[in-house]
Amino acid sequence: MKLITAVIKPHRLDEVKDALQAFGVHGLTVTEASGYGRQRGHTEVYRGAEYTVDLVPKIRIEVLAEDADAHELLDVIVKAARTGKIGDGKVWSVPVDDAVRVRTGERGPDAL
Amino acid sequence: MPPGILTLAADKVTLSPANTGFMLIASALVMVMTPALAFFYGGMVRVKSVLNMLMMSFISLGIVTILWVLYGFGLAFGTDKGSIIGWDSHFVGLSGIGLTQLWGVSNIPIYVFAVFQLMFAIITPALISGALADRVKFTAWALFIALWVTVVYFPVAHWVWGDGGWLFKLGVIDFAGGTAVHINAGAAALGVILVVGKRIGFKKDPMRPHSLPLVMLGAGLLWFGWFGFNAGSWLNNDDGVAAVAFVNTQVATAAAMLGWLAYEKLRHGSFTTLGAASGAVAGLVAITPACGAVSPLGAIAVGVIAGVLCAMAVGLKYKFGYDDSLDVIGVHLVGGVTGSLLIGLFATGGVQSKAKGLFYGGGWDQMGKQAIGVASVLLYSLVVSFILAKAIDLVMGFRIEADEEIAGIDQAAHAETAYDFTGAGGGAMARKGPALGETLTKKVDA
Repeated sequence: MKLITAVIKPHRLDEVKDALQAFGVHGLTVTEASGYGRQRGHTEVYRGAEYTVDLVPKIRIEVLAEDADAHELLDVIVKAARTGKIGDGKVWSVPVDDAVRVRTGERGPDAL
Repeated sequence: MPPGILTLAADKVTLSPANTGFMLIASALVMVMTPALAFFYGGMVRVKSVLNMLMMSFISLGIVTILWVLYGFGLAFGTDKGSIIGWDSHFVGLSGIGLTQLWGVSNIPIYVFAVFQLMFAIITPALISGALADRVKFTAWALFIALWVTVVYFPVAHWVWGDGGWLFKLGVIDFAGGTAVHINAGAAALGVILVVGKRIGFKKDPMRPHSLPLVMLGAGLLWFGWFGFNAGSWLNNDDGVAAVAFVNTQVATAAAMLGWLAYEKLRHGSFTTLGAASGAVAGLVAITPACGAVSPLGAIAVGVIAGVLCAMAVGLKYKFGYDDSLDVIGVHLVGGVTGSLLIGLFATGGVQSKAKGLFYGGGWDQMGKQAIGVASVLLYSLVVSFILAKAIDLVMGFRIEADEEIAGIDQAAHAETAYDFTGAGGGAMARKGPALGETLTKKVDA
């Protein structure tokens, strides 16, 4: 199993969610996050005082997937999240030892 | 404000129902300005100290009301003693006043005049709180309010508006509180922050307003209430002066908002909501002393000048390194001085009095009087406020502990959190406390 994590622009969430659903993903976790990459932050001005805001609002999506699907899922997410402008985010996957569905106790790929 | 003359029922003057109704509404409008100010300020602080900011204004509604009833009204508006203070034993506890005892030219019950003026006494110390965001003990602040209104506001209100007060007799024009309210509060803010010092992280940490919608709501409500503040200060609507004051209030505020926005667009590149709200308040402040002296065109000039000057002034605190957190000095002191002095240029001599400014053929005479009014209130308030703050600091400490300030004063001073953003509704994050009904004991003395 793989854990796929995507950090994307907030307004691309719906597209990514729809694309994952169309692919057949049954569940995902979404977290509001903040951070920066090459985009860095932006400047805000309050009564003439300039503040550099480094941390930009982002959405973090986490999806558990079977090994066979993981590679393709990355592409699905990237395609749906891309705007072509700086700050589109990043997607990565890591191996997962085990997973349990809390309600039934099913383990491993059955729990997905 | 017209001279207040105490009229007894025996003089057979009849109460004016129109003026009485007008003044009761005006009093309620001025009352709402203090909660409005609380939101204006509350939106500008960080999330961890918004409740304290709100409470610093609200507590003034409590404390000053009681002191006003007990002795404040007597000190400010009782029979003149040597041009510096008033006193009248009938006014103690507002208990020796008859139902049909009327105030001055407007023939309203003294009770109505007393409650109208009370609202001014409440908001003036509340204005100071903006300079002290995030860092002062709530008990110290409450004590400061009680002492400050007693030795600063009540006497200064007498100087400016009391029948026989020395600035009043001199001919200083202050229609609704440019000196007594705004310069007074702004100078006091400077006096107190010289004692209290900066917020931890001033000029280093980002201190963004946590809720600009709250700031806009507060500014809008201030604008609304200010019609009562200014027009009501004529105490009657027998002669059209209150209507001019009402119009000028609207005109100057609009002009100041546009002035501030234009300045910041040129200087910093954007029209900001905080700039619009701040510009509006700067205009309201500046037109306060002048709304009965200038024409609507004069009000445009007062507004634009105040909007631009205040927009420039709010940057000075970074240059001089004093932490006037929410720009009480930059907006209220600078705006109050601007409006008070511009009367010396723009007074038409055709509204509240015959006094003419420089541009209407009156020479420098009125400007000289305005300058005396500005300087005397500014210096008195600055010096006495500094002494009061220093005394409180020595006796009990004015500031909260550094770790409390870093964690957020809302927790330390009020044991509350403004907004619950946790998905679990707070329950999952909170440790189980005493059962309902049991007493929660707490040791923090902030």
